[in-house]
Amino acid sequence: MLRLEARAEPSKLMSYASPLLAIVLMLIGGLLLFTFLGKDPIEGFKIFFINPVRDSYGVSELFLKATPLMLVAIGLAVGFRANVWNIGAEGQYIMGGAAASAVALYFYESDSAFVLVAMVIAGGIGGMLWASVPAFLKTRFNTNEILVSLMLVYVAQLMVSWLVHGPMMDPDGFNFPQSRMFEESALLPMLVEGTRLNAAFLFAMSALLVGYIFMNRSFLGFQMRVAGNAKNAARYAGFSAKRMIWIGLLAGGGMAGLAGMSEVSGPMGQLTEHVSNNYGFAGIIVAFVARLNPIGIFFASLLMALLYLGGEQAQQYMNLPSSISNVFQGMLLMFLLGSDVFINYRLKWGRD
Amino acid sequence: MTSSTDAPGEVRLELSGLTKIYPSVIANDDVSLKVKKGEIHAVLGENGAGKSTLMKMIYGVAKPDAGEIKWEGETLQVESPAHARSLGIGMVFQHFSLFETLTVVENIALALPGDPDLKELAKQITEVSKKYGLPVVPHRLVHALSVGERQRVEIVRCLLQNPKLLIMDEPTSVLTPQAVRKLFDTLRQLADEGCSILYISHKLDEIQELCHVATVLRDGKVTGDCIPSEETPKSMASLMIGKELPVCQHDGLAVVGEVRLRLNKLSQPSDDPFGTNLRDIDLEIYSGEIFGIAGVSGNGQQELLYALSGEQPLAQNDLIEICGIQSGSLRPDARRSVGMGFVPEERLGRGAVPQMSLADNTLLTAHGAQMLKYGMIRFGVVEKFADRCIAEFNVKCGGSGHAAQSLSGGNLQKFIMGREILQVPKLLVAAQPTWGVDVGAAAFIRQRLIDLRNDGAAILVISEELEELFEISDRIAVIANGRLSPAKKLADTNIDEIGVWMSGMWPDAASIEESDYA
Repeated sequence: MLRLEARAEPSKLMSYASPLLAIVLMLIGGLLLFTFLGKDPIEGFKIFFINPVRDSYGVSELFLKATPLMLVAIGLAVGFRANVWNIGAEGQYIMGGAAASAVALYFYESDSAFVLVAMVIAGGIGGMLWASVPAFLKTRFNTNEILVSLMLVYVAQLMVSWLVHGPMMDPDGFNFPQSRMFEESALLPMLVEGTRLNAAFLFAMSALLVGYIFMNRSFLGFQMRVAGNAKNAARYAGFSAKRMIWIGLLAGGGMAGLAGMSEVSGPMGQLTEHVSNNYGFAGIIVAFVARLNPIGIFFASLLMALLYLGGEQAQQYMNLPSSISNVFQGMLLMFLLGSDVFINYRLKWGRD
Repeated sequence: MTSSTDAPGEVRLELSGLTKIYPSVIANDDVSLKVKKGEIHAVLGENGAGKSTLMKMIYGVAKPDAGEIKWEGETLQVESPAHARSLGIGMVFQHFSLFETLTVVENIALALPGDPDLKELAKQITEVSKKYGLPVVPHRLVHALSVGERQRVEIVRCLLQNPKLLIMDEPTSVLTPQAVRKLFDTLRQLADEGCSILYISHKLDEIQELCHVATVLRDGKVTGDCIPSEETPKSMASLMIGKELPVCQHDGLAVVGEVRLRLNKLSQPSDDPFGTNLRDIDLEIYSGEIFGIAGVSGNGQQELLYALSGEQPLAQNDLIEICGIQSGSLRPDARRSVGMGFVPEERLGRGAVPQMSLADNTLLTAHGAQMLKYGMIRFGVVEKFADRCIAEFNVKCGGSGHAAQSLSGGNLQKFIMGREILQVPKLLVAAQPTWGVDVGAAAFIRQRLIDLRNDGAAILVISEELEELFEISDRIAVIANGRLSPAKKLADTNIDEIGVWMSGMWPDAASIEESDYA
């Protein structure tokens, strides 16, 4: 008989192997899924995972999609390490995008380079403002940041919907709920000619680097790890729990807001109701698959981006619904949570 | 003293060749012993000698890798604690196994078979606790209880099950001398009724007073059996630690200097509804002295420590002065930079972060020692400090990169003590500095406290072990019901007087009529 036996110490090896195991299980699950849908699983696998990256343009699209995921995930990881559970990055992302759009539209006539700088700042601040609501309520009234940040996602979605139906609607847009297309000065410069990969990718790489230094080298990052691991030890040391909550939420909000900015100022070039592609929620999965580790976040974002692109391909060539991407993302998270059991337990044959 | 060494009756429990191997250590190696009916059988050994592992195997918590257990003549496997209880084996753990969010009576109900009526059970608990002098309030939540109170709950829980074999793991560490005597009466009474008792301890005097037979463990092996009443503490110590019992050097020559800690009528209502309110505590501690505060746990020690450490800052700044600076509303890190060090009672989770390395754990409080530059951690400095702490305080561990939770309790305590002392505090507050620590390490820690005092620091030790306070203190006071007794020079008092004071009855004590229990 198969049974679980508690390990004496959590396994370091398994904590890294479990995301890989989850990926393998997700692939197997995907193959089964294709089979049950009456598709050729090998063909499905090719379309889903190989097709999107078979040429250099495909690879640039992969990095483009991964950029907002990296930004969101690194910001969330800072908070998650301190057990600050910001689930509302989606809302902070939307507000960041909306704030950046407001700047772009306000300076519509300007061709100054500062427009873009102002948009970056506005995007970060927009996300932080949205994240400061759960931070304030938690530090002041001890509310649960999971609920507050999540509920604010829906407020943000309605808010952006109102904006593009009202004050920010394109005057010459035939009443479509979207803003004007931004001027050149409000768009992020391209990194590689002939692709859509833009400067936001550099933001993401810098954010990963800064995030790594902050979390592993700085005293503040250390304090946040202590707060996440042992609350009483943080109190004993005199680290302020409120400060940890503020930093955790603001880091997540700021990065999510910047991601939102990079989307409106990048591939979209305008504000619409569909400014977010679920990046705020997908970023949570990325952060967990990556074990809150910046290097891991880089690779996990690429994987998640591949799932997005694969989903689009599957729609086009296999006549599968667009939610196929979400199914894969969901499988990945579920298998990860399942595999994590083996960090603290091992399988054993035989009777106990 | 009990002299009946030939406890009557048949063998109740027989262990032969029990071996338990953990990934990193052989906890028990070929251990055999016999416990007769009505016998109080000591298992003597230092921390880490394998006593607790042995008991866990008897109680069905751990499974032996080799050897067998015979219970009342029948070879069997103890499958689980529930199985053990159904056989008639009860155990009081050293590390308590209580659910913090439940009340005392709910916790006890969980250990009983079936679905007991809580009201009825509460009555039984009160009866048993009265009968054996172990006051517990059935409807209090466990998280609000102090260490000593939790232990009483564990003891009462076992007694309610009328066990045939009672295992007690270091049960006296948090009791007053009078309460220890009461407990011993209880245990003797139980033994006379036919209950066997396995009594685990490293306290030689207790074992001599109480136990009929002793089995001594060292490094997981049996190093000898003896009849305690025929041995001397010296001979038992050499069986237990392989050498003679270490003694601290305390010259009693205190050079009293300036006031390092002053409490000005400190009153503080506890934010826990079952806690103890601190009332009008006046205290002055000078450099060059060790000031001991005795008391039965749950009399305000926790609240006082939280107020002193700054983990619960006060509204009024002038109630506490540290090194002449008003500190009542300062946070712990600010108090540290004024010159205070603090060693809390809980080591894992408060004094140290369990999952983090020892190096990271030095950073927890010692970051003022040039460990930071522009907010960045200087890992070289941190590691050096940790290595120095490990070397100077004899911390047995795999190195500064190993997690705090991988250390034994005694070694972790040495590490935490070292971390605080190496920062050369002007005032050190230590709570239960040697609780659950083996004799060798305890003597070492006490010696380091005395050395620190000789170097001119002021030291406040709050402990529930009277012998310890009498060994190291220059002055001593008692906390009872949230009030502090007058301080006495050690030479002017004795254990009996302090023992009486521990129940709140010192001269002019306003708290006599409010005392919960004497």
